[in-house]
Parts: sequence; structure tokens; C-alpha cells
Amino acid sequence: MSCTRLLVLALAALGALASAPRPAAAEQVIHSEKSLYRQIIVYEDEGLRCMRFTRQAGGRQSCIDLKQPQRIVFPYVKMMLAALYLAPQPRRVLVIGVGGGTLIGALQRLLPDAQVDAVEIDPAVVRVARDYFGFVPSRHVAVGEEDGRVFVKRALRAGRRYDLVMLDAFDHEYIPEHLLTREFLEEVKGVMAGDGVLAANTFSSSRLYDHESATYRAVFGPYFNLKRANRVVLLRKGGLPDAATLARNAAALRAPLAVLGMDAEEWLPAFSTAVDWRTDARVLTDAYSPSNLLNAMPR
Amino acid sequence: MDLVHRYAIFTIAGWSGFFVMAVELLSGRILAPSFGSGIYVWGGIITVFMLALSVGYLAGGRLSMHAPSLRTLALILVVAAATTVPVALFADALLDRLFDVFHDPRYGSLVASTLLFFVPSAVSGMVSPYAVRLLTTEYRASGQVAGRLYFVSTLGSAVGTLCTSFYLVLHLEVNEILWGLTGVSALLGIGGAAFGATRAAAA
Repeated sequence: MSCTRLLVLALAALGALASAPRPAAAEQVIHSEKSLYRQIIVYEDEGLRCMRFTRQAGGRQSCIDLKQPQRIVFPYVKMMLAALYLAPQPRRVLVIGVGGGTLIGALQRLLPDAQVDAVEIDPAVVRVARDYFGFVPSRHVAVGEEDGRVFVKRALRAGRRYDLVMLDAFDHEYIPEHLLTREFLEEVKGVMAGDGVLAANTFSSSRLYDHESATYRAVFGPYFNLKRANRVVLLRKGGLPDAATLARNAAALRAPLAVLGMDAEEWLPAFSTAVDWRTDARVLTDAYSPSNLLNAMPR
Repeated sequence: MDLVHRYAIFTIAGWSGFFVMAVELLSGRILAPSFGSGIYVWGGIITVFMLALSVGYLAGGRLSMHAPSLRTLALILVVAAATTVPVALFADALLDRLFDVFHDPRYGSLVASTLLFFVPSAVSGMVSPYAVRLLTTEYRASGQVAGRLYFVSTLGSAVGTLCTSFYLVLHLEVNEILWGLTGVSALLGIGGAAFGATRAAAA
């Protein structure tokens, strides 16, 4: 290929980049930085302040309502909090993936006395959560800046146990593949107390859905599968509670959840144990974990 | 030197490039369960591979000073494969121990990659300079020979990277890929050694 042709191709590529979709006019970027792991963009749009990790407008990692900061914006955060229907008073909580800190903020309000360990691999995300999303860890919240897998393994060796574990380390762009394997989930199971509860924010589309579902099932047995835009897996280590228990716990949480803009009863019908994935899908393991490739394939 | 001979040398060099990058990509997979997939883990891995290759280049160049032959080149490939076998067999046990010893994942991953991958990568690094020596017949063409050889071996690396990260990990487990890689190396190496021996006998 001649130099001229190369040059023409390069210019064409640049042109294509320049004409890529730009953020909508309404959106106002207030902070942008390149961290070790990603581009972090904070923007405001229609009364919401959001964090996203992609250049494209519309991708939202975490949002707060500027007028009512305690109001939960994303349904998936509500689905994660529905973990409290399985066991309403966890004393020790582990959250993997801090994001904008909205989930931890809600936990602090709902469970002011609970000891929360939070883990986030990207120090810049924690800083942005503090500076732009009002994330103020209380004295009961310890934020560790390290890899979630390493943290869990270390906690397991140290014999630490949690009443509630929340996995929120994925975004739509990239999945840390070592956080979606049978071995990792076994380690998570190991740090859960005897009747500990797990809430995992995952995906509801792509071919990964089958593999992910099969992997959770292989480690934990039956679980509640809450599906909206996201999919949240909820389960209790000692076995799932019955519908009456869920309803009772949800009713007891009605007032505190209403403060967060969450209708406790709204989510009860979403608690499904139906097996709606291919049960013969290959379980993901440390030796076989092409999660990002599978996530790029249509179901 | 006849054409078959030259092709054999280029094939070994290209495959060695494939092998090194495939193993390097898998090393990230192997280390992640113990030390995570942070940028420092990759930093440790790449450091070790680069360091090992640099030492390998020195050693390969030096070895080429004494009776260079296709047979020896082929044996280098076999040794690189053989020293990769412990990765498939003992990596998990070793990483488990290292996890307890090193609480900083940076040094844990650096030590782990050194113990697991330094030797096979250094041995693989010997291939290129040794192959250059075998292919060089005249002084004025030495640069061209080196250029062609690096072309083939680095192309092999590119193909190895692509195949492993795009396709192999989608269908096979890490250890299955490792066994496949060492198997191909062993076959190519033994084949090359046998071929080299017949040529040496004929000459």
C-alpha cells in the first residue's frame, strides 16, 4: 500500500471520528477525566447529575437528582435494595463497586448502624463520587481501593463474614471477567454468613445471560431473578424465603424506602424464580471466562 | 542452504512469536484470580516478559557462536514448551502460596509472573538471534536477514495475540490452550530436530 493511500485512509478515519455522534445539546459536561481504567464523565441533564464511562451520550453509570439527592434514580439500585426483603437487618455489609456511591448512600440511610466495607478498583471513581455525588462515607463505612476479587479472597482467609454482599462492579462496556466465575462466586459464598444475602447487578441480554445464570445457579442453587433494564440476582445462602416473608419485610421497610423514592411493594411481583435461561450453557470458571466476548454476542 | 531448511527456520521463529504472546495473554488470566486484573498486574506481566526476552536474546546470540544448527534451534523450541508445562500443572498451587506471602498485589503479580513465565519466555527469546545466525550467509545481507526474521516472528506474535484473545478463549479453557501450545511447539521442535539431523548427516 502506498504512503498516499495510507494517508487518505488515516484522514478518512479521522473524519469518521469527528462526525461521531455528539452529546445532546441539553447535556452539560461538568467534569471529565481519564483515570487509570476509564474515561470518567460527569454531566448534568434535566435536573440529574450523572456519571458515565463512555464518550457517547446516554450511557449512565450512576445518577443523582440534584433537587432531591436522596431520591434513587435508577431502578437497578432499588432492585439491589430489595435484598433487604430477604433479611431486613444486615449488620455487616460488603459492596463491590462504588460507582457514584448512591447504593452505599442509600444503605447508610436505611442501616445507619451497619458496618459497610466498600471496594472500588479505581481511586478516581471514589474521588468523583465524593466531589460530585455527595458520597460521604460515614464512620461505619470503610472504602478500600483495590480489586474486588483480591479483597474477597483476603476477607475469606481472614475469616470475615458478611450478612449482605452486593456485587455492582460491572458496567455495560466492560466486565471484569475474574468477577464472574464459579470460583469467585464460591469465594463470595465463603464470606457470606450462614444466612447471608447476596445481591448482584448483572445483565439481562446477550448470550452472556445464559452463562451467567448457569454460573450463579451452579454455585448458589435457586435465586430470585429481578428483571427490568438490568437484571439483579437476589438470594439467601440458607435457602430462599417464602413470599409471605418477603411481603412482610417489604411492608416493614415501606416508610424508610419511601424516603428514597422507592415503593416497597412495587418490586414484590418482580421476585421470580423461573428458569428462563439455557440450562446447558457452559458455566463460567477461572479457566473459561470469555464474558466480554459472550456479552458482545446476541442471544 | 536449501529452501526447505530456510522455511523450517522461519516457521520455528514465527511459531515462537505466536507462542510467547499467547502465553503472555493467558498469564493475565492465570494471575487475575489471585491478584486481580488491575493495571499493575499487566505491568508486572509485561515487565517480566520483556526482561526475559531481553535476556533470551543475549543467550541466543551467544549460543549461536558455537556450531549453530537447525537441530539446536528446534530443541530451543522444545525446551521453551517443556518449561511452560509447570504453568499448567502447578500455577494454582503456587499462586495460592504467593497470595498469602504478598499482600501487595503489585509485588505478588511480579513475583508470580517471574516464577511462572521468566524461564519459558527467556528460552523463547533465544530463537530469534539464533535463527538470524542460521539464515545469514553473507555479511552484506545480514540486515535483510534480521529484518525478515523479525518480520516473521513479530507477525507470529500478532497472530498469536489475535487468535488467543478473539477465539481460543471463547472455546477452550486456559490449560487446554496451554497444552495445545506446548503440543504444537513439541511437534514442531521434534520435527525440526529430526529434519536438521538428516540434513547434518547428508552434509
